Amino acid sequence: MLQRLEHLLGIEDLTREQISFILDQAKPFQEFQRHPLKKLATLRGKTVALAFFENSTRTRISFATAAARLGADTMNLQAEASSLKKGESLLDTVRTLEAMRPDGIVIRHSSSGAPEFVADRLGVPIVNAGDGTHEHPTQALLDALTIRDRKGKLEGWNLTILGDVLHSRVARSNIHLLSKFGVRITLCGPAMWMPRELETLAPNVRRVTRIEEALDSADVIIALRVQTERLHEPALAAEEYILRYQLTPQRLQLARPGALVLHPGPMIRGLEIDGAVADGPQSCVLEQVTNGLAIRMALLYHLVGGAAVEPPPPSKT
Amino acid sequence: MRVVEKRQLLSAEEISRTLQRLAHEIVEKSGGTKDLALIGVRRRGAPLSERLAKTVKDFSGVEIPVGTIDITLYRDDLSTVGPQPVVHSNEISFSVDDRDLVIVDDVLYTGRTIRAAMNGLFDLGRPKRIRLCVLIDRGHREMPIEATFIGNSVQTSDTEIVEVHLKEIDGDERVVLVDRVP
Repeated sequence: MLQRLEHLLGIEDLTREQISFILDQAKPFQEFQRHPLKKLATLRGKTVALAFFENSTRTRISFATAAARLGADTMNLQAEASSLKKGESLLDTVRTLEAMRPDGIVIRHSSSGAPEFVADRLGVPIVNAGDGTHEHPTQALLDALTIRDRKGKLEGWNLTILGDVLHSRVARSNIHLLSKFGVRITLCGPAMWMPRELETLAPNVRRVTRIEEALDSADVIIALRVQTERLHEPALAAEEYILRYQLTPQRLQLARPGALVLHPGPMIRGLEIDGAVADGPQSCVLEQVTNGLAIRMALLYHLVGGAAVEPPPPSKT
Repeated sequence: MRVVEKRQLLSAEEISRTLQRLAHEIVEKSGGTKDLALIGVRRRGAPLSERLAKTVKDFSGVEIPVGTIDITLYRDDLSTVGPQPVVHSNEISFSVDDRDLVIVDDVLYTGRTIRAAMNGLFDLGRPKRIRLCVLIDRGHREMPIEATFIGNSVQTSDTEIVEVHLKEIDGDERVVLVDRVP
């Protein structure tokens, strides 16, 4: 029925059935977040290493909380505090982690493909918590869970992704996931952030530079974070971005009634999104955070709790 | 290893009659229905608890709350080989605080399932009392757990299996004793 997952490296290679299974398995963990006593012993004695080679607050806290609520212990590795600054290679760092015998490693890295590189060489389940501009699979899963809960299903909606699609792993994972469910995807932002290649990521993806056109008939809108360091003269000033692309209450009116607004956070009010939209009834940003816990608990339960993965032969370096 | 049916323990009619008696016993020994609630252990405890509640309503007019608990996350035998068991949601729409709870399950065997169910209930609050109702008690306990309300006690060997078939889940309705033979 379901091909067993050993790692979660990305959405692209998952089947629709595997995705639905993960979303279904998050349901009991959503209910669990409402328990007065939020502590299970299910993964007692297991250790999850959180290897964050790139800054992260919310994703790291979400994984740490998910592990804690399942009863697992966590080992924390943060780039600033590690030997990376002393020039240690990624492989040496994760091998050191592995020697402490964790039962799973959650990894975030600024290089695309780093989690896969590690998964190929260690005998421990690996969860990708974001790699370069490649994928951020748990974000796409929690977005899908949020959309499915609010709208009853995933199939057939019109999705608009606004902002810096080029540099966004969140956008890529969402495109891979939702296109598997027949969602029609419109990417919208300044032309410099929307190369033609994005249309080849999945079927039913189109690029639009005018936000009014992109929002027309949208059922779900994902506003991406815009990194201010990427907004500068002469290419594009922040003021111009706000003028042309900010998701405002007036622009939201162009979408279908009751269209959902998602944002992966951290959100910069007044830049990519107007505060009234972020706090409005169509906004799902806080549900996304709670659903993130449920998705991560479901994944850790299935990946870390199950059988040990046989380590590959040591020759591969 | 083959599985052979040795004998039928209960017919559909006997299951029905047993549940009638258990429903009456629960209300009688509770001194009424005040604070009473039933918690069915997924899967076959769930339809059994629904049927008990319906019987109570038929003879007393009182609708007692019914919930379902999934014990997967509370098991003590999570696999170290092969995939993890699928988790299901609890369906308990009332607060268990200060409730007089009766856990309902089909077969009482080692007692480990009931230990897990109680752990799950403690995460939801602090019940006033927890008792246990089972359709079949087959012995071989590995925990200090006994049922307050027992449909039938059956002597079994540890290679035997008590199979409860309920129409809601299995399509047919009967309890059989099967054995594993080499």
